[in-house]
Amino acid sequence: MANMAQAIRLALHYAEKNLELKDVFGQDVGAPMGGVFTATQGLETSWNTPLDERGIVGTAMGIALTGDRCVAEIQFCDYIFNTIDLLKIAGNTYWASYGNFSLPLVLMTPVGAGIRGSVYHSHSFDAWASRLAGWKVVMPSTPKDAYGLLLAAIKDPNPVMFLKPKALMRVRGEELIPGEPDNEKTLKSMIDAPVGDRTGWKANWPQVEDFTCEIGKGKVTRSGTDLTVVTYGRHVLMCNEVADQLKQENGTSVEVIDLMSIYPYDWELIKTSVQKTGRVVFVNEDTEVTNFAEHLSYRVTQELFYELMARPKVVAGKNLPGIGLHAELEEASVPQVADIRKEVIEVLKEIP
Amino acid sequence: MPGRQTPIKQKSKSKTKSGSSGLPLSKNQLVKIYDLMVKSRALEERMIKVYKVGEAYFWIGGPGEEAFGVPLGLLANKGQGVDHDWMHLHYRCSATLIAMGMDFKTPLRLIMNKASDKCTGGRNFSNHYAFPEWNVAPVTSPIGVQYSIAIGTAWAQKRNKGKGVTIVTGGDAGSAEGDFASCLIWASRRGNELPMLITVQNNKWGISTHYDDQHGEDHVSDRAQPFKIRNCVINGNDPIESYIRMEEELQYIRKTGKPVVMETTVSRLYGHSSADGANLREGVDCLKEFESLLLKKDIITEKKVKDIKDNYAKEAKQAQIEVRDELDPVASSVWDHYYVNNESGDWRTF
Ligand SMILES: Cc1ncc(C[n+]2csc(CCOP(=O)(O)OP(=O)(O)O)c2C)c(N)n1
Repeated sequence: MANMAQAIRLALHYAEKNLELKDVFGQDVGAPMGGVFTATQGLETSWNTPLDERGIVGTAMGIALTGDRCVAEIQFCDYIFNTIDLLKIAGNTYWASYGNFSLPLVLMTPVGAGIRGSVYHSHSFDAWASRLAGWKVVMPSTPKDAYGLLLAAIKDPNPVMFLKPKALMRVRGEELIPGEPDNEKTLKSMIDAPVGDRTGWKANWPQVEDFTCEIGKGKVTRSGTDLTVVTYGRHVLMCNEVADQLKQENGTSVEVIDLMSIYPYDWELIKTSVQKTGRVVFVNEDTEVTNFAEHLSYRVTQELFYELMARPKVVAGKNLPGIGLHAELEEASVPQVADIRKEVIEVLKEIP
Repeated sequence: MPGRQTPIKQKSKSKTKSGSSGLPLSKNQLVKIYDLMVKSRALEERMIKVYKVGEAYFWIGGPGEEAFGVPLGLLANKGQGVDHDWMHLHYRCSATLIAMGMDFKTPLRLIMNKASDKCTGGRNFSNHYAFPEWNVAPVTSPIGVQYSIAIGTAWAQKRNKGKGVTIVTGGDAGSAEGDFASCLIWASRRGNELPMLITVQNNKWGISTHYDDQHGEDHVSDRAQPFKIRNCVINGNDPIESYIRMEEELQYIRKTGKPVVMETTVSRLYGHSSADGANLREGVDCLKEFESLLLKKDIITEKKVKDIKDNYAKEAKQAQIEVRDELDPVASSVWDHYYVNNESGDWRTF
């Protein structure tokens, strides 16, 4: 089974062969490294840029203006902030030019904590990204979804931000990507660059196939009837765990929704589920003040108020200036399984 | 003022004919440039009036930059796709677009925010153009960003072996933004040099802050030197020098695929924008100077000068009168062109 880094690589390979993807670029994205998480190893169109995030985003916008497809990377989302005005412009170019110029580009960047990344390798960007009108924003939680969402992003005529939960880059999925060899070791020997000297190494790509996850659509990862959890990225795995625990312990039936797309988002999926359960908890790790989940929670209270059995809850990162390195500090800053569990139980217990 | 060029000195290779006037351009070329400069000035002066009579919220534009802008528009390889030049312009480039063939109604619809404004649909300020059919990238207000975005079109031109080059303009104060440095760095990577004409229109001001308060370097173009980018300062108040030097530099870029940094001295004749009054100020008026030269050299007559000016002034006024009656944008259009193919971006519809 491919891990997420390999899945991203496979998608980019598929796109350079079949979708006229012309450039994959960013800091250390080209040979020999192929990205700090190896997600761009072995590609034909990948190249290293200067250490200049503004240049990376600007270049992607310029390439997109010509109509060519590109995937640019910001090495860590912690370093995307000096490009925020360019991201605003990328989002408003089609709109401000009244449809004259679209920007079909993909910007990918690793996000979130969970790897003891300290103050500057633990930021989240989903709440920030949700304020960049004109962009589409997606975040996978499995390698297969990463493959499908990335291909959808490359095909999309709008700017798409592809947020990579960095803690999941080495996590394997439970489903094969279409065309992926079923033996993990075989895949590794085909597409992972050797340690040490890589001159002369070339990937031996498997015949992966077209597969897309529609942007704007989420999915149910655990079905249930007592409470809905809406989440994305690495927290899908944690929320699944909480649902499994509660089911096993006392038969509580928690539905988990992996939103997959932050904008546009799958309101129908949330709505149908909350109408069924009457209880909802939103989980993500970006900071809690003006968090994207607050918008979803607001919408739930506006549109489904009389169907609710409990107050909706947002479980998010603490509103701290950063995330401390020590495990105690990191875990106290962003939602952990125990925190989610506690909040879910509280909402379950609430009597209207 | 003679053009200064560092570090490479070379003679003019302009293919343009010397006329009997002793000037290095033909009479036809000189008259054409003059005509377009007048046309552009007439447009800007009309737009200032549009603002002053309350038919526009804001004016910003480029009167005083015609001697640079018109030659640029004439020399650009206009069209769509990588075989044509990409233009990343800022808000003072009306003269370039007039020289490329823009009519009067397009900028008037833009400044008057009409529904018929095809560049922005009534959404943006004056002189914020967007012309896909000419590779004119959307003009946007944040200062300097065009220098970063231009890297990408130049890269695509290079990768696709297109015949076009990328041309970028901006002000002297804006060169302090990181985007200008980004542009120099990305355009000059060894073996990956980009076909770009990187220009800076130096009017000595950024709103109210003088050049000397913002810069230690004598010339913005000096910053190209450590990157080994060919660079020069030209007199952007002289359309002949502008034309010849720009033609030469564009030839060099088209031939070598390498960048050039070109600084041009220009005037900000009506101040920064309507925010500081939009009134005529002291400063070299390139149009007046060029007109005197053409009259002195008998290239044009007083009568012809008057006719050209009157006609364009009339044409601009007529355009305003006609545009005035055009429809305004409707409120529901705010959601138009959120995503491509009319896909809705309004969360209420998700
Ligand atoms: C990033 C940014 N900061 C500030 C402004 C406000 N602003 C508009 S024009 C301008 C001065 C620009 O000066 P210069 O680059 O020399 O160009 P000029 O207007 O003189 O032609 C400023 C500060 C802006 N538009 N964008």
